[in-house]
Amino acid sequence: MYADLMRCFNWTECMLIVLCSLLKELKECAGRVFVDSQPEFCLPERELLDLSTVDVILISNYHCMMALPYITEHTGFSGTVYATEPTFQIGRLLMEELVTFMERVPKAQSATCWKNKEIQRMLPGPLKDAVDVWSWKRCYSMQEVNSALSKVQLVGYSQKVELFGAVQVTPLSSGYSLGSSNWIIQSHYEKVSYVSGSSLLTTHPQPMDQSSLKNSDVLILTGLTQIPTANPDGMLGEFCSNLAMTIRAGGNVLVPCYSSGVIYDLLECLYQFMDSANLGTTPFYFISPVANSSLEFSQIFAEWLCQNKQSKVYLPEPPFPHAELIQTNKLKHYPSIHGEFSSEFRQPCVVFTGHPSLRFGDVVHFMELWGKSSLNTIIFTEPDFSYLDALAPYQPLAMKCVYCPIDTRLNFHQVSKLLKEVQPLHVVCPEQYTQPPPAQSHRSDLMLELQPPPMAYRRCSVLGLPFRRRYERIQLQPELAKALVPSEIKPGISVATVSAVLQSKDNKHVLQPVPKPTPVPPSKKRKRLMEEVPELLSPKPLLSGSIPLDAFLASLHKSGITEVKVEETADGHILHLQAEDALIQLEEDATHIVCDNNEPLRTALRDLVLRFLQKL
Amino acid sequence: MPDIKVTPLGAGQDVGRSCILVSVGGKNIMLDCGMHMGYNDDRRFPDFSYITQNGRLTDFLDCVIISHFHLDHCGALPYMSEMVGYDGPIYMTHPTKAICPILLEDFRKITVDKKGETNFFTSQMIKDCMKKVVPLNLHQTVQVDDELEIKAYYAGHVLGAAMVLIKVGSESVVYTGDYNMTPDRHLGAAWIDKCRPDILISESTYATTIRDSKRCRERDFLKKVHETIERGGKVLIPVFALGRAQELCILLETFWYRMNLKAPIYFSTGLTEKANHYYKLFITWTNQKIRKTFVQRNMFEFKHIKAFDRSYADNPGPMVVFATPGMLHAGQSLQIFKKWAGNEKNMVIMPGYCVQGTVGHKILNGQKKLEMEGRATLEVKLQVEYMSFSAHADAKGIMQLIRMAEPRNMLLVHGEAKKMEFLKDKIEQEFSISCYMPANGETTTVTTNPSVPVDISLNLLKREMALGGPLPDPKKPRTMHGTLIMKDSSLRLVSPEQALKELGLSEHQLRFTCRVHLQDPHSDSDTLSRIYSHLKSVLKGYAVQHLPDGTVMVESIVLKVSSSGEDPNLKVILLSWSYQVNVEVILQKRPLYPSIGVTGVTDRHWRYT
Repeated sequence: MYADLMRCFNWTECMLIVLCSLLKELKECAGRVFVDSQPEFCLPERELLDLSTVDVILISNYHCMMALPYITEHTGFSGTVYATEPTFQIGRLLMEELVTFMERVPKAQSATCWKNKEIQRMLPGPLKDAVDVWSWKRCYSMQEVNSALSKVQLVGYSQKVELFGAVQVTPLSSGYSLGSSNWIIQSHYEKVSYVSGSSLLTTHPQPMDQSSLKNSDVLILTGLTQIPTANPDGMLGEFCSNLAMTIRAGGNVLVPCYSSGVIYDLLECLYQFMDSANLGTTPFYFISPVANSSLEFSQIFAEWLCQNKQSKVYLPEPPFPHAELIQTNKLKHYPSIHGEFSSEFRQPCVVFTGHPSLRFGDVVHFMELWGKSSLNTIIFTEPDFSYLDALAPYQPLAMKCVYCPIDTRLNFHQVSKLLKEVQPLHVVCPEQYTQPPPAQSHRSDLMLELQPPPMAYRRCSVLGLPFRRRYERIQLQPELAKALVPSEIKPGISVATVSAVLQSKDNKHVLQPVPKPTPVPPSKKRKRLMEEVPELLSPKPLLSGSIPLDAFLASLHKSGITEVKVEETADGHILHLQAEDALIQLEEDATHIVCDNNEPLRTALRDLVLRFLQKL
Repeated sequence: MPDIKVTPLGAGQDVGRSCILVSVGGKNIMLDCGMHMGYNDDRRFPDFSYITQNGRLTDFLDCVIISHFHLDHCGALPYMSEMVGYDGPIYMTHPTKAICPILLEDFRKITVDKKGETNFFTSQMIKDCMKKVVPLNLHQTVQVDDELEIKAYYAGHVLGAAMVLIKVGSESVVYTGDYNMTPDRHLGAAWIDKCRPDILISESTYATTIRDSKRCRERDFLKKVHETIERGGKVLIPVFALGRAQELCILLETFWYRMNLKAPIYFSTGLTEKANHYYKLFITWTNQKIRKTFVQRNMFEFKHIKAFDRSYADNPGPMVVFATPGMLHAGQSLQIFKKWAGNEKNMVIMPGYCVQGTVGHKILNGQKKLEMEGRATLEVKLQVEYMSFSAHADAKGIMQLIRMAEPRNMLLVHGEAKKMEFLKDKIEQEFSISCYMPANGETTTVTTNPSVPVDISLNLLKREMALGGPLPDPKKPRTMHGTLIMKDSSLRLVSPEQALKELGLSEHQLRFTCRVHLQDPHSDSDTLSRIYSHLKSVLKGYAVQHLPDGTVMVESIVLKVSSSGEDPNLKVILLSWSYQVNVEVILQKRPLYPSIGVTGVTDRHWRYT
């Protein structure tokens, strides 16, 4: 492989240096090429928009906040981050764990030579296909984590949070993990739901709140299961049977996993399973810098748990059985493999540890320790990483590998049922959901089929949401409301003319009665007042309707105008009021009053006419 | 005019059996359902017959809300729901839901098993009652029905204590339950947002007290305990199993550790461990510091405090005993008190408020001889100390809460009438809002003035806001004009033009024309030009145009000149305007034609000289 590479370059001295450092960066293992470097992370897009213009970040669950320090620190971001308390606390633990993993095995340098476009082009996949490699970043520090978390405002499920008086955001239980949320963003008239990482399975978190998603104008759908073909219950069964098989044969089981989430369910499941399988004495080890905190925190969020866990707290008992596992010494937790663990551990055993990518963390040591024996088994449960890629640098391996991805998030079947139930007007989703997975292009059941078709987005695409805002809420002050004179225009429909003073503050609008002009004091200010008061006078209402000739003549007669000569015209009639020397021109949609210097007459005629018209 | 009615069935000018009825926007809500510690007869429970004479309450109440687990706030709940009859929802926070049935069961045992009372609620009734409970989370908006919503806030009085905001449409009431505005060793301070309720119903236990610093009180307490122990005396601290007990345990635990003391501290009843367990599981309801450190060190795991056994009371030597209940009205604390009362070396420290009629209340008032059951008298020789550790807001705290919530009216409950009177005056003076203090069974009616929510068309709103300049200026009010369309229950405010369009109506033009006669020797067009230049000079700030078709327009008023057939010098000026235009406004502003010496007055708005 190196030979191939070398052939591609012209031999210049400069190139030689590049190549030397490149060769230091690249490592070959079992026919694949790896970069040897401080781990780097691919971040959310930061160039598309100015982060200082972002007012609010809503966090869905603790897995979705791992990039928070990259967004909130050193970018000019000055807004607020909203998250539930469990999301905040466990998110902090996961970030702390990541930072600790990185700090334990410091590398002086990040590999950069391979990122050179010319070089990357010639590397084998998947290195060749990696995108935006220059934007990858090294891990943040604990200080940055703390600073990022200081911007978080805690919220509870169904708490209505007002943002600038303009919109209201509300987190709803999404059923996926402790404190995981879907978000409703709504004004008085429009409602957008953001559904991300939701689950309908009964695991430890509070069940998903579906009914509150109803009547959405737009539903943004993301975070569906990564493994739509695997059934979590089936996987759990497979997990248990493989585990039992290995232990019975005297081997150890390694479970690379995150320190919170599915591990709680695994421990609970094993708690029941091990005794029934007669393996009750097998020790479980949970090794992570945050193992203790994660186990402790899981017990104090009763409000965020499913019903039957919640009711345990009333007894009072800890909601998760891992408390009992710890008490009976069946489950032990350690911050790392160094120290107590090394002297206390017994084999065969089951070890839960991170990181599930197998690139850092204590799991690496266990791969070295147990990889050579075919008695041992590694069981992958986290769906985030390809297990083949994860194992690649450890090849050749003698230990058994079992892939039981447990992803409780919605699958396509559940989603279409959910959408049928909540009936959003529009669905917005990632492009990937609109076609079957590339490897299974015949599986039309592994995609979203909706009417109207969902609006798809891809990285960096900008979508306009398909609704037009037409109304806003305004408050009529009671004094104003009382003074309104409604008149019925059509059966069931009344109208009233409103003339009022508009007050707008913090995006809240209020209509107040027009203040009565204060009597003008005889002073120099008179002139100014004269100019201001008329501004407050209301324009007259629009008129509508038409004037029936006979009825109008009758009312003229009643008011003492008797000498009227009626002349028919093409569009209506002209009335000559002979005694008064005035003309009234009546047409379907117009009335014209012509008279001379007789204001009382004009006013009287005007009022007569207005009596027949509707005012708007 | 809509109004809100508040009627205390208990805790009106009194402490004990808190139970307040609120009617707002057609909804009836019961706030708390407590019992009175000072009575053993009917007066123990609120008088539910006030709500209805015959039978069940379900039809008369939309919901019941319990603020915290103290028996004077929830002690009558099973009686109300199971014996009187109520099947609607009962709201309380998770910790309250967890702890309240235990205290109820304890209360039931003392009353039925020990005192032998009958016609009392049973254990099964407590269980059935708790099945009707819907748990509340802090800040969660709970929709009781389509119109009624409630929201809980942290009250800091005991674990799980909450204040509630009750909202129907734009009308709202806040009920504080018991609360504490200063954080202590295990709880945080009460907090509420600026929700501007129509009525704030507040407790007023310490209406006239402004307490000295907590640090001093704690030092005093520790000093007294220490002195008694040093001279070989015994200290009895009557407490309720949950609440102040944990606070004082944390205090003594740290003191014992610091001073390396050896005298035993006991905590009575089997509740201790259980109680502490609740604190551990509901650690999110404690204060910041405990929550932060709980993984490393759980503050509710005590090293020096052991479980108490009845026989220990006769042990020689010094000891400190926490015993329930807190007002010395029954149970273990009373038993120990009886044993220790005769020895002046001993001490009893009352750390909280005692309701009238209880032994606690009597000894605090200096009574030296107590009549016990069976005509025996008990001489009180031991030292009696009172130290307010109960987590109620003092006068300062109550004022602070008013500043936070900015209510339109204030209503005091859960306090003594005299003290309330004082606080009421103070509140009315300082905040210029009405303050009420109804007695039990007395209804306070507050008239609200809710504004009417209307949907305004965004076009109209934007147009109006744009006219007001880029930023709204509250000092320059502008009049806007719109048409309110009322159809079914919807209220929409749109521009008159849009209203016409929507209703399928066409506009009816109403125009006026008036003739003015004028002597002018010039030609018609010259006259018009002269009028034009004159108007232009006097009507500054108005659009005055000379149009090519031989008319002059002042804004939308049209002027035309023609001469009469007989006399070419007699000009007829036709003025024509639409009903829509405020001719008065334009014309009143400046006298028109001051220089033309014509007296042909045509209109009252035309001021010729």
